Amino acid sequence: MDANEIIERRACISGIGQSDIARRLNRDPLELTLDACLAAIDDAGLKVEDIDGLSTYPGLGGPVGFSGAGAVSVHDALRLELDWYDSGIETSGQLGSVIKACLAVAAGLASHVLCFRSVWEGSAQGEKGRSAVMPGGDGRGASRAPSGFMEWTLPFSAPSAAIWVSMFAKRHFHLYGTTREQLAQIAINARANAAHNPKAIYTEPMTLDDYFAARMISEPFCLFDCDVPCDGATAFVISRIERAADLRHPPIRVEAVGTALHGRPSWDQFDDLSTMGTRDAGAHLWRRTDLKPSDVDLAELYDGFSFLTLSWLEGLGLCPVGESGPFVEDGKRIARDGVLPLNTNGGQLSGGRLHGYGYLHEAVVQLRGDGGARQIAKSNPQVAIAAAGGGNTCGCMLLTRE
Amino acid sequence: MSRAEVPFRLLPELGGSSHFFWTSGERGELMFLHCQDCGCWIHPPQPICPRDHSKNLKPDVVSGRALVHTFTINHQPWMPGPELPYVVAIVTIEEDPSVRLMTNLVNVEPGDVEIGMPVRAVFEYHADEDGDVWIPLFEPDPERS
Repeated sequence: MDANEIIERRACISGIGQSDIARRLNRDPLELTLDACLAAIDDAGLKVEDIDGLSTYPGLGGPVGFSGAGAVSVHDALRLELDWYDSGIETSGQLGSVIKACLAVAAGLASHVLCFRSVWEGSAQGEKGRSAVMPGGDGRGASRAPSGFMEWTLPFSAPSAAIWVSMFAKRHFHLYGTTREQLAQIAINARANAAHNPKAIYTEPMTLDDYFAARMISEPFCLFDCDVPCDGATAFVISRIERAADLRHPPIRVEAVGTALHGRPSWDQFDDLSTMGTRDAGAHLWRRTDLKPSDVDLAELYDGFSFLTLSWLEGLGLCPVGESGPFVEDGKRIARDGVLPLNTNGGQLSGGRLHGYGYLHEAVVQLRGDGGARQIAKSNPQVAIAAAGGGNTCGCMLLTRE
Repeated sequence: MSRAEVPFRLLPELGGSSHFFWTSGERGELMFLHCQDCGCWIHPPQPICPRDHSKNLKPDVVSGRALVHTFTINHQPWMPGPELPYVVAIVTIEEDPSVRLMTNLVNVEPGDVEIGMPVRAVFEYHADEDGDVWIPLFEPDPERS
């Protein structure tokens, strides 16, 4: 492919920002969102009036707490004057919204696009947990399953992605001999890294015994295979590369993105339940670069459920198909001093369910060398992958430092 | 299945193109949409055949025989429903293994479920003022075990 056609390379990440993050903040989610947005703009060395584009995932809607603010709220609160804006959930995972921003600046529709993702699931669910926001669950009545995908899950008491993803994991276990001991390493590694992230939710050390003592959710997933709902917001500024030269930080370049989905867009009808859309998005990314999986210095891979990280490792070719279990087995390869440091901020399993944007934020922190106590051991990292989503909604970005 | 054993279920809307699917259990039959031109089984229902784009589609009865493609034993009380733990499975129908159905496995100990297990459809009747529903569940098939 002609490198001139890889137009995402005309985009870079110039600023990153995060709000306070906690299990429950009970603060206005728009306030958290704006905290993150202003932090990202300031981090870039820009002013609010420099922002001429806006992108977010998922926009308003979804279960209570799933979205802290839509594009319109932020647009108006900051009195932005926009040349381009976009919002929506039907895209290549949560990072699809950032990828669209890259394409917008590459196409010249805007110069500096503000991207944000905001959640307040912790406060919304309160003490009752996820059941509080489930259709038919506590507190929210629903007399009938709605049409669409949920029509084929709710009558069978299968309302949660925990159930759907656990069945992918079960299939993987069956075909490749993957074990819960291997899966546990994703959770244990995340917890070890979270100990060095001041914003992480869970920071107490976790042992394999702790993991096996946790209550079962949907086999093979126990509680520690599922991410922790929280309140918080993350934001980025995506800039056209020639507009980033004089900004506060050296730009983090976008080498290639992966957005493909070739299997059916369905959790149960997807063509191969031992893999996911991670397969398609991962292959797509590598078709757009001369870099190889062996060039990757660190990986921040979605862990809304632990198995999704295994799926991304295979989908991105960071290990052979079917071998993600042995790859993570003793935890050494994926530790901060390993060959492929993974989810260095604690991921969503221990860091908090910031829903996709946390991985990209952490990739930038590490590439800048700003990880502090959690900075990876290898010096001068040059290449990072951030990947978000799973099942039938997947997107990934390959980043490089100048 | 006696009425006393029937758990709460969030029943489907019956107004759309899937009405046949949720009511054919009254006759003890499992049905899927079937292209009358190319023979493709289609699930969930849609207005045209995904293979030849024919609109000549109608629901046809299948054998009800299926294989467990994957499953989970669910322990978490997400919503009112069957007694915990219960088995959620994805089964593939005998007529076309690419057609899958999420369902519950019944009349089996959760610990006895295996991938590849032959199962057959059974129907759980729900009387409802908005329209009666027959939920297709699956149980081990003694004729193929």
